[in-house]
Amino acid sequence: MLIEILPEIGLYAMMLALAMALVQAIVPLAGSLTRRPLWMSYAGPMAWGQALFLLVAFVCLALGFLFNDFSVDYIAGNANSQLPWYYRLSAVWGGHEGSVLLWSMMMAFWGLAVSVFSRNLPRDMLARVLSVLGMINAGFLLFILATSSPFERILPAPPMEGADLNPLLQDPGLIVHPPMLYMGYVGFSVAFAFALAALMGGRLDAAWTRWARPWTNLAWAFLSVGIALGSWWAYYELGWGGWWFWDPVENASLMPWLAGTALMHSLAVTEKRGGFKSWTVLLAIVTFSLSLLGTFLVRSGVLTSVHAFANDPSRGTFILVLLGLTVGASLTLYAFRAPRVKSPLGFGWLSRDAMLLFNNIVLLVMTVTVLLGTLYPLILDSLNMGKISVGPPYFNALIVPLTVALGLFMGAGPVTRWKQMTARELIKRLWLSAAVSLAVALMIPWLYDGAWSLPVSLGLLVAAWIVVPLAREPLILIRRFGLRGPGKLSRSHYGMVLGHIGMAVTIVGVTMVSNYDHADNVRMSPGRSVEVGGYSFTMTQLNETRGPNYLSDRATIRVTQGDRLVTLLHPEKRFFTTRRQAMTETALDNGLTRDLYVAMGEALDDGESWAMRIQVKPFVRWLWLGALLMAAGGILAVCDKRYRHRSRTRQTMEARA
Amino acid sequence: MKAHRRQRLIIILVLVALAGVAIGLTLYSLRANMNLFYSPTQISAGEAPPGRSLRAGGVVRDDSVQRDQQTLDVTFTVTDFEEDVPVHYRGILPDLFREGQGVVIVGTLNERGWLEASEVLAKHDENYMPPEVDGALKAAEARKSIPSSGAVTGGNDERI
Repeated sequence: MLIEILPEIGLYAMMLALAMALVQAIVPLAGSLTRRPLWMSYAGPMAWGQALFLLVAFVCLALGFLFNDFSVDYIAGNANSQLPWYYRLSAVWGGHEGSVLLWSMMMAFWGLAVSVFSRNLPRDMLARVLSVLGMINAGFLLFILATSSPFERILPAPPMEGADLNPLLQDPGLIVHPPMLYMGYVGFSVAFAFALAALMGGRLDAAWTRWARPWTNLAWAFLSVGIALGSWWAYYELGWGGWWFWDPVENASLMPWLAGTALMHSLAVTEKRGGFKSWTVLLAIVTFSLSLLGTFLVRSGVLTSVHAFANDPSRGTFILVLLGLTVGASLTLYAFRAPRVKSPLGFGWLSRDAMLLFNNIVLLVMTVTVLLGTLYPLILDSLNMGKISVGPPYFNALIVPLTVALGLFMGAGPVTRWKQMTARELIKRLWLSAAVSLAVALMIPWLYDGAWSLPVSLGLLVAAWIVVPLAREPLILIRRFGLRGPGKLSRSHYGMVLGHIGMAVTIVGVTMVSNYDHADNVRMSPGRSVEVGGYSFTMTQLNETRGPNYLSDRATIRVTQGDRLVTLLHPEKRFFTTRRQAMTETALDNGLTRDLYVAMGEALDDGESWAMRIQVKPFVRWLWLGALLMAAGGILAVCDKRYRHRSRTRQTMEARA
Repeated sequence: MKAHRRQRLIIILVLVALAGVAIGLTLYSLRANMNLFYSPTQISAGEAPPGRSLRAGGVVRDDSVQRDQQTLDVTFTVTDFEEDVPVHYRGILPDLFREGQGVVIVGTLNERGWLEASEVLAKHDENYMPPEVDGALKAAEARKSIPSSGAVTGGNDERI
């Protein structure tokens, strides 16, 4: 009985959440302008209610999927009774409607988290922050209710069976990739809300940055994991063995990441030194705008990509209007308020301030590069100047040298002093690291491959240069205080260290896999063997098997190196019966220093041969391992004592006042 | 000029110079790495430059896919139902490649008018038609429905 009306309950809950978001957007802000504490105190309960009702809506949709309620259009289009239960659950965000609901629910939960963990914020500041968050979610909920409700029914004649989830999405990677990515996208709204609240209140001291920093780090960590998962998923699921395609949708997630990275570092300068104040505010606005732009690009169907499904143009228009309003309003506010903020800042060229400034510039240039490459084809197309696409060579030609420049500052930055230092001192601190990095970079290609290679050495040099100088601080402390010395450094310092090491690890992965991978497309039949990258691959068997919702051709590949058996691999070609769609199931043998990758292409005409893609990918895991380390670094920095003791310092400040 | 003012001026100048260099390099490499899209009709009309990397798209013509018995060479024809372009590719075709399916091809045009494909893209949702291909098909459709009055305006105006 209750099950039958679940979609209506969900829809109703969404409307209630919208009403609460509207109240949260208007009343606290009005209260902060007219100094009415009662009005301001509306923000907290509204944030609770919004999160609760969106959770209800989400659970209703999830239950609909679990109970195979195919009278709901969205469920009928994305699930099937033969789909395993966990994919039926992840199918909740497998399509457009469900994923925007997830987006909105996460938005509400970030708002709730802010209202819970920021109790000791000045009351008017908190009211403004929550009000901005309320506005964003109200806009999004309006968008969902107007154009993409997941609860639309197909009545009076519901289909007996669903159309099934796109087979590409029937994968563990997809269960976690979108939620992580959305957590990141949406999380930047908190930094954005803090920045806008600070602008409105004219309170652009360092305080807002201290409040905003942990939130930004957390969002950034989620986004890092989300991007890495997407790359990993593409690597094993698309069957090409590529890990980054410069696909516009990937770029859409990379841009907020780059801008968010710049924001984290700029926040550090504002908090520690009071510098870059207006710049930081602008970056917070830019980062969230890029998150919205990413959502627009992915959700509007203007792009040719994996994520672009047949789509309704009114949605694109709606998000574009939402994007325009957000960017327009926030930049207008910035234009009126920001010039009042002066940051009297003097620092030398050789100082941590300067290093962070350069880092910001390089990151922003990268962002603009990616933005240009992504939007240029869209702009030309909309002006009817021809349809073009911008290929990976463009991005590689620009991003690779920029990363080298970024690495240069990343190595020097952590050992520089704030404000200024002499060139002699800097050289004294760095020469040994430089020598060690150079030696490592020159030696490893010899040891690994027996020959010297300029690109590999350059990549490794950058990676080593980032990592080696980080050892200086702990070493000094060990010399001075013994083994307990390194414990004196703060968690946020170690967060930085971990994040930088993560970047270096990713650079090593990119360098090695781009230069040393072996790939071959071959024709294989039982008994045939091929040699790729020092491994011998032999097909021993070819059978047909059956899964819950697919039929499959399954090969057994014996991999040997010399006389040693390395592993048996089982690539599959699955045929999903409901959608009549074929899918490659890659077989991987993964290791820290190399992956073996076998994918079945297509059956050839003689009936027993298959086209197969066989690859040996050295150090490819390091790509994603690095991203995980970066995320761990971001989270470690959030755990810093400084953020927890804030309430106490505030109380003492109030007691003094 | 006070010291910090001078410093600020230097910072701004360096920023402007860096931005200039960056934008210059970016536009240069953007130009060098663009792939223009051509429909089969445009290719047959000789609008596409031979030897340059380009994108083409259309529907894979029924019964046109032929695999070599020994190697991974494959040939097929893409069409916008007005003109056909033969394509040669060596390698593994994507899962959703199928006769009657819309595909996008990245490659170069050789002297014989064949498209040497370096990449064949078939999209991951079978109901989904790449926008370029959709535009090309609609343009061809529209030209057909206008009885041959008036010269067909080729060019880039594919969207109706």
